[in-house]
Amino acid sequence: MKQTKQNSSTAVPIMDAEAIRRALQRIAHEIIERNPQLEKVVLAGIPTRGVEIARRIAGFIHQIEKIDLDTGVIDVAMHRDDVGTRRELPVVRASKLPVPLEGRTVIIVDDVLYTGRTVRAAMDAVNSFGRPARIQFATLIDRGHRELPIRADYVGKNLPTSMNEKVQVHIGGAGQPDSVGLIKPKTSE
Amino acid sequence: MRAAESVTTSSSPDAAFALRWNRKDLLGLRELSAEEINFILDTADAFKQVGTREIKKVPALRGKTLVNFFIEPSTRTRTSFELAAFRLSADVINISASTSSLTKGETLKDTARNLEALHADILVLRHSFAGAPQFLAQRLEASVINAGDGAHEHPTQALLDLYTIREKRGKIAGLHVAIIGDILFSRVARSNIFGLLKLGARVTLVGPSTLVPREFEKLGVEVSYKIDNVLPSADVVNLLRIQHERQRKEYFPGIGEYTRFFGLTKERAKFLKPDCLIMHPGPINRGVEIDSGIADGLQSVILDQVTNGLAVRMAVLYLCGGIST
Repeated sequence: MKQTKQNSSTAVPIMDAEAIRRALQRIAHEIIERNPQLEKVVLAGIPTRGVEIARRIAGFIHQIEKIDLDTGVIDVAMHRDDVGTRRELPVVRASKLPVPLEGRTVIIVDDVLYTGRTVRAAMDAVNSFGRPARIQFATLIDRGHRELPIRADYVGKNLPTSMNEKVQVHIGGAGQPDSVGLIKPKTSE
Repeated sequence: MRAAESVTTSSSPDAAFALRWNRKDLLGLRELSAEEINFILDTADAFKQVGTREIKKVPALRGKTLVNFFIEPSTRTRTSFELAAFRLSADVINISASTSSLTKGETLKDTARNLEALHADILVLRHSFAGAPQFLAQRLEASVINAGDGAHEHPTQALLDLYTIREKRGKIAGLHVAIIGDILFSRVARSNIFGLLKLGARVTLVGPSTLVPREFEKLGVEVSYKIDNVLPSADVVNLLRIQHERQRKEYFPGIGEYTRFFGLTKERAKFLKPDCLIMHPGPINRGVEIDSGIADGLQSVILDQVTNGLAVRMAVLYLCGGIST
């Protein structure tokens, strides 16, 4: 449940492009440190921003270790638990993972960790491809308010929020600098 | 809950929700926009991938009930819808003409309302009367999917044909598609014509003049009675089955005659472009509308159509059945 409606005029800046770069570089180091068998790691991004973040982390790992990790796309729309309860349907996109996953470590990558429902759906989706040795989770922002017993293994930034605020992530957009912002609820409401 | 304006194009690639679809029913391709058709095909891409997974099942329609209501006999379409529903975790009931109360004198509407009283969410209807799905769609809360109505439309067949062409050729606009055979009685032909024209293909209908009236030219297609003039420029040939069961004798003299003038024989296939796709909605009559060897040849995508039909039907069930009305 990403809260990222276009409303940049009222967003409070949280991270700029340089802060995002450093955070993802640190996550790359942490992944290397935590996974001695680095070549077994698969980075699986959740569309659309998670895919871009996974691509960048893979780039940093290549710079540091000269290893090209397998990357993939894990679409969660068809694994969500709220289909049929909302007026609009999530757009489904094709997932792509290297198979077989047996013996591998899949690191799911997303931009914002919030309720944890997206991550749960992503874990279900990964399991339908096979049985990886372990699943880890990396996120650029952890904004709290979990509704499921889920935590991130790699966090770019912990950002305490209230539930009526929105986190806005721009990454890899053409002609737009990377940024993370916090949108406060309008005072008139 | 009818959708008047069903397309609001979203320019943002980040849009996580489908603003491009809010129809509860799929009745035909005539009323769909090119954007809606493309959106179904894009969605089918995602579902096709599910078929390659170790576990070929997703929970997208968990808890939903689908009724396959087939007043006319059909094995492949019903099976395809049934499997599509299974892969989306929906529960499926099959009702055919012989097992329904229609034979006991119940009206179509009463039968459908009874199904709805059982909280069926999606009704897949095959009926011999054109317009039957529309009749029910207007009266039921449930989603109604047209699985073929009389000689009117068979939208999921046309969508899987479009999907197969797009998959194999990378595009549809600008291609020359020849639809050959019994056009007059064919709902497959009608749905294909609407879809192909909306996506920018050039369409030529070929067959005996009794089965391909010039009237069709009003839809924006070309009509030809000489298959040999059409084959060399075709990028796709879609061969329709000669429907023995519907044909009365007066439409053409005989099966042998049909094959001689309009069948895709080995000799005729030599005039096709090397990359021309050969399609057939099935079931094929080997040796009648298509030579047996050609049907199994390298240019034939007949079995790809079957595989793609599953993905397209998953997409349609997901889009129509997944929204909350």
